[in-house]
Amino acid sequence: MKQVNRADLPSGTFRQGIRHGLPIALGYLSVSFAFGMKAVGDGLSVLQAVLISMTNLTSAGQMAALPLMAAGASLAEMALTQLTINLRYALMSLSLGRKLDSSMGTLQRMIFSFANTDEIFAVASSQPGKVGKNYLYGLMLTPWIGWSLGTFLGAAAGTLLPAFVRSALGIAIYGMFLAIILPPARKHRPVRFVVAIAVALSLCFRYIPGLNTVSSGFAIIICAVAAAAAGAALFPMKEEESA
Amino acid sequence: MKWSVFLPYLAVTAGVTYLIRMLPLTVFRREIRSRFVRSFLGYIPYAVLGAMTFPDVFYSTGDLRTAICGVAVAVLLAWRGRSLLTVALAACVAVALAQAFLLLV
Repeated sequence: MKQVNRADLPSGTFRQGIRHGLPIALGYLSVSFAFGMKAVGDGLSVLQAVLISMTNLTSAGQMAALPLMAAGASLAEMALTQLTINLRYALMSLSLGRKLDSSMGTLQRMIFSFANTDEIFAVASSQPGKVGKNYLYGLMLTPWIGWSLGTFLGAAAGTLLPAFVRSALGIAIYGMFLAIILPPARKHRPVRFVVAIAVALSLCFRYIPGLNTVSSGFAIIICAVAAAAAGAALFPMKEEESA
Repeated sequence: MKWSVFLPYLAVTAGVTYLIRMLPLTVFRREIRSRFVRSFLGYIPYAVLGAMTFPDVFYSTGDLRTAICGVAVAVLLAWRGRSLLTVALAACVAVALAQAFLLLV
């Protein structure tokens, strides 16, 4: 997400949150459209696809869940996969906690944590000072609607689209992933290193006989944990660097 | 998918994802002291997304050649720091154009 102009932000109102959430919602719309299409292709109903998006609100986790569901993976593998892929949110929530104004009680924290996605976190963190609850409600509402609506449209209408449009949309979510990882990889050598290790391991798990029998969920877990651990061992972050 | 199969999956994915986001905001409000753990958590998103993107992105369009075009455009724009929306849509457009080109030749 682009940094928001600070002069633009006299206070954290609900409307402001809505406005800052709009570009996120638009991005989500196109990506969740592809998710909805893929979910239906993997044997889910439209309602099931939309329910996943409404309750999970996470692109990478949901994408990884689809092949596991289609393959009838165990619930333990599903839980472990989600835990690894979504572990980054724990760090974001820790960090977001420091941005919340002190009037926010546990109940409100429980509501906000539901919608702490990469992009919402990035925008909330880029605000000067503490963020208020009305602003956060707005900032989270628009992307949630965009994510759910896009899933519905993709699941319901995806099959109506001509084949060449459908195959072109298949790459949307990976475009979003690249847009998240490449700018920091360009700036920071350790991030480049971590990404390179993860990609190399992922290629091994796909193409090396024997290794390619490991299921997709566990392969992602092993790649990510090994690459992040290598990064943490060789390039420990300084205090203010953590994501 | 049968609801009896689907609902446990839904409960697990939504439940695990929510707890990961919720517990650090409510229960564990202390700072993480270990520099290794903080760094590990900081690198996890890049490692996860890298492993999820490659090599899967090359199979995302059903044709390796069009996927390569899409990846090239996405990498170029993402490297220059364009927004998520721009990168995602430009990759789709590149794939669509590549498909049209392949149909013509």
